[in-house]
Amino acid sequence: MTGASVTAFEKGKTRVFGRSVSRIEDLPLVTGRGRYVADLDFPRQIHMRVVRSEEAHGRIVAIRLDAARAVPGVVAVWTHADIAGLPPIDFRDPAAEALKPYRQPLLAKGVVRYVGEPVAVVLAESPYVAEDAAELVAVEVEALPPLLDAAAPPAAFAPGLSTEALELSQEYGDVAAAFREAHCIVEAELSIGRHSGVPMECRGAIGRYDAAYDVLELWGAAKVPHRNREALARFFGRPSSSVQLHECHVGGGFGIRGELYPEDFLVCAASMRLGCPVKWIEDRREHLIAANHSRQQHHRVRAAVDAEGRILALEDAIFLDQGAYVRTHGARVLDLTLAMLPGPYRVPAFRAVGHFRLTNKTPAATYRAPGRYEGTFVRERLLDAIAARLGLDGVAIRRRNLIASNEMPYARQLTANGHPIILDSGDYAGLLRAALEAFGWEETEARLRERRAAGEFVGAGLSFFLEKSGQGPSDSALVSVDSGGFVEVVTGGASLGQGFETAMAQICAETLGVDYRRVRVVHGQTDRIRFGIGAHASRATVMTGGAVHAAASEVRRKALAQASVLLQAPADELDIVEGRVVRRDAPMGASISLGELSRASGPGRDGAGNGMPGLYSESWFHTEGMAFPYGVHIAVVRVDRATGQVAVERYFVATDVGRAVNPMMVEGQIAGGVVQGLGGALYEEFRYDAAGQPLSATFAAYLMPTMREAPKVEVLIAEDAPSPNNPLGIKGVGEGGCTGAGAAIASAIDAAIGRPGAVTALPATPERVLSLLEAARR
Amino acid sequence: MSQKLEVKLTVNGRDYVLSLEPRWTLADVLREHCGLTGTHLGCEHGVCGACTVMIDGQAVRSCLMFAVQAQGKAIVTVEGLAGPGGELHPLQQAFIDHHALQCGFCTPGFLMLAHATLLESPDIDDEALIDILASNLCRCTGYKNILAAVKTAAAVMKARRRQP
Ligand code: FES
Ligand code: FES
Repeated sequence: MTGASVTAFEKGKTRVFGRSVSRIEDLPLVTGRGRYVADLDFPRQIHMRVVRSEEAHGRIVAIRLDAARAVPGVVAVWTHADIAGLPPIDFRDPAAEALKPYRQPLLAKGVVRYVGEPVAVVLAESPYVAEDAAELVAVEVEALPPLLDAAAPPAAFAPGLSTEALELSQEYGDVAAAFREAHCIVEAELSIGRHSGVPMECRGAIGRYDAAYDVLELWGAAKVPHRNREALARFFGRPSSSVQLHECHVGGGFGIRGELYPEDFLVCAASMRLGCPVKWIEDRREHLIAANHSRQQHHRVRAAVDAEGRILALEDAIFLDQGAYVRTHGARVLDLTLAMLPGPYRVPAFRAVGHFRLTNKTPAATYRAPGRYEGTFVRERLLDAIAARLGLDGVAIRRRNLIASNEMPYARQLTANGHPIILDSGDYAGLLRAALEAFGWEETEARLRERRAAGEFVGAGLSFFLEKSGQGPSDSALVSVDSGGFVEVVTGGASLGQGFETAMAQICAETLGVDYRRVRVVHGQTDRIRFGIGAHASRATVMTGGAVHAAASEVRRKALAQASVLLQAPADELDIVEGRVVRRDAPMGASISLGELSRASGPGRDGAGNGMPGLYSESWFHTEGMAFPYGVHIAVVRVDRATGQVAVERYFVATDVGRAVNPMMVEGQIAGGVVQGLGGALYEEFRYDAAGQPLSATFAAYLMPTMREAPKVEVLIAEDAPSPNNPLGIKGVGEGGCTGAGAAIASAIDAAIGRPGAVTALPATPERVLSLLEAARR
Repeated sequence: MSQKLEVKLTVNGRDYVLSLEPRWTLADVLREHCGLTGTHLGCEHGVCGACTVMIDGQAVRSCLMFAVQAQGKAIVTVEGLAGPGGELHPLQQAFIDHHALQCGFCTPGFLMLAHATLLESPDIDDEALIDILASNLCRCTGYKNILAAVKTAAAVMKARRRQP
């Protein structure tokens, strides 16, 4: 960890940290000068189009390519036979050996397993020609019965291989005894629909092989460029120093963008083999059937409780619908679901068994708040059910079970990705109290009761979520000041649009004492820094922010040491203000700029000393523990009894973020997360017919919230419990807006229709809500 | 493939003489042939609005129109929104001030939709404005800052008209 702690970070005494300054990213983006991967072209590039399976499951009998090859402008057409030497796509992190046979080949090998699976690629001089030719590729498939329900008995994936690829379990305490001795047992059967991140920018990739220097480049990287570099290097058997990934502007990530997919490898392989850059830009239909889906789980859960509603034990059986192959994440989402299921509550005994099952749908992986959106829905539904059973209200049941602040740090006897879960800090009950007060819970409930009495179907629902962020162990950053006093921060972070550059510039500027607009932030370029954790799982601000703080602190120390000689004052009597070193007791007196110090300490100059010349530092931040953000979601909904349509009248989130680097951006993350969470709660679902044909392959069928559906999200940002696990006290804020939404909406619908426990499946579409209303009438 | 046609497009006040296949969409031609990549493609089937440009004062989805159909019309893209000296349009400034963008992919479409809307109805009320802005998709912001930005820009533009 860093040695230098900066007093400027004291609350209320900061210049730019913790302030809602405008973003340094915005100018090119509002003037149309951004550069997303589709906007990038290289001389002599050709274009790739993927021919995809139209069958959910079947044996490939023949693939006819002649007609496609004959189209003028077509350079090559490949099937699996043309790339048979290349392995299937590996897991990014070590995963269970048992999962290996379920990895996806770049192009279907003998069998197709989902509609959308790449079967062939056409490489041509223009995207229009590639598309024309792709339509002439004829794939003959002998259909096999599709498996579409992960809760149904498993079938054969291949001879001797079950579609249940893995069973994961975690447990502690004496579950059996708890259920034996319980006052009562409350059970529920719950499911979460298949939906996903669906960023507004489709995926894209450009492979470019530079034979002169033997370097393979992949443009259009996102999320985890450095770790994907390792994966690509391993895949192609190349030194990782000869593989460079480059991030462009990225039009949203949400967990699904930036994973390595077949297309990423194919553009690289084609560029090496054909000797020219190869560009692939996904279209929306492809995105909706080929990019990672997520979330689909079925839970059979039960709780043992005492007479006061205290949870004695929790038991869950989970069926996760992984789709047709296991992708780069392995079984990560299932592991996270198990690990985070108990959330913020005291759960003395716990057992969960997860069934990781393959079906004939698009492969699944992480989406914002992976495992937590699902688990929070399940756990909070169960709490509502316990409350209903014991005649308690939803607030009381939660209060009774929340872990108390004096129990922190709280060691859960569970692991996430193999890391022990130790809840770092928090005043859960305090935040719940603050949330209810800020929202006006009592008054709102009273008014809703009146409206219900007058015949309206309105209700409020609440959920408590626990998130996970800032998983270590390490990240690094380079900070340097040039002779003009401009600062460059080089990170291995990534930007998916969340304001990463601004947040890093704020941390650096505060530490160093410069204007944040004079800080340039580099990210997503593997040729600029050796390591990087990228941007995922709400790690960037905590981990990369910690590293930027460490590097900037070191540069500050160097600058003050040098200036102390020149200004003839001890370093601790100096400060840096607006890029100039001044005496604290005479800020208007003699001063020297960081640019001048940089010049004076350059290589070969007197000021350089014996160490590293220049105003420069590469520093690391290490941490063992994670930071666990938490919060409360409250929704007020109105149900239209004729149509089953649910309108969200009000939405409120209170969340503890430790310290907010930029409150405006925190609010933006929460508001955006909420609306995505609402999408999964009410509208979004990848549906399939009985033959496994996707029914949600356009934006007219896959319904995402518009401004009409989106409530004006109210946000209460709390900074009650800074994380002790990083010097700035930050907790990640990327996911909490999403996490509690399914649970809160379900609870609110129950209240509106006066049937506790009615909502058992998401999304609560008009169709589903109507059938609940009908059941109530009967 | 098909016969190319000689077409003159007027984009942001500048003429482009291009040889185009009739089937090429306006969005593709703006991006690939005029180099104006600020117009984005989010769906290519007319739902997301990322490709919105202004044609003769109307907001139009450029993925649903062939370039040859735009001949003789005044096309404005996001690149044409700022003033000649680069001074930002009130909408652009308001989007920055209100944090109405995160990844920025939807932003050009929203800017052009809002621009055309405020030109036609500078006094539009909130409900009507929401109805119009609900025709574009954003996946990052949750929309509330976009609405706030457009309302602020509308007020700024109105105030400017009052003081010549
Ligand atoms: S790209 Fe034109 S509406 Fe989506
Ligand atoms: S800002 Fe990312 S889609 Fe709108």
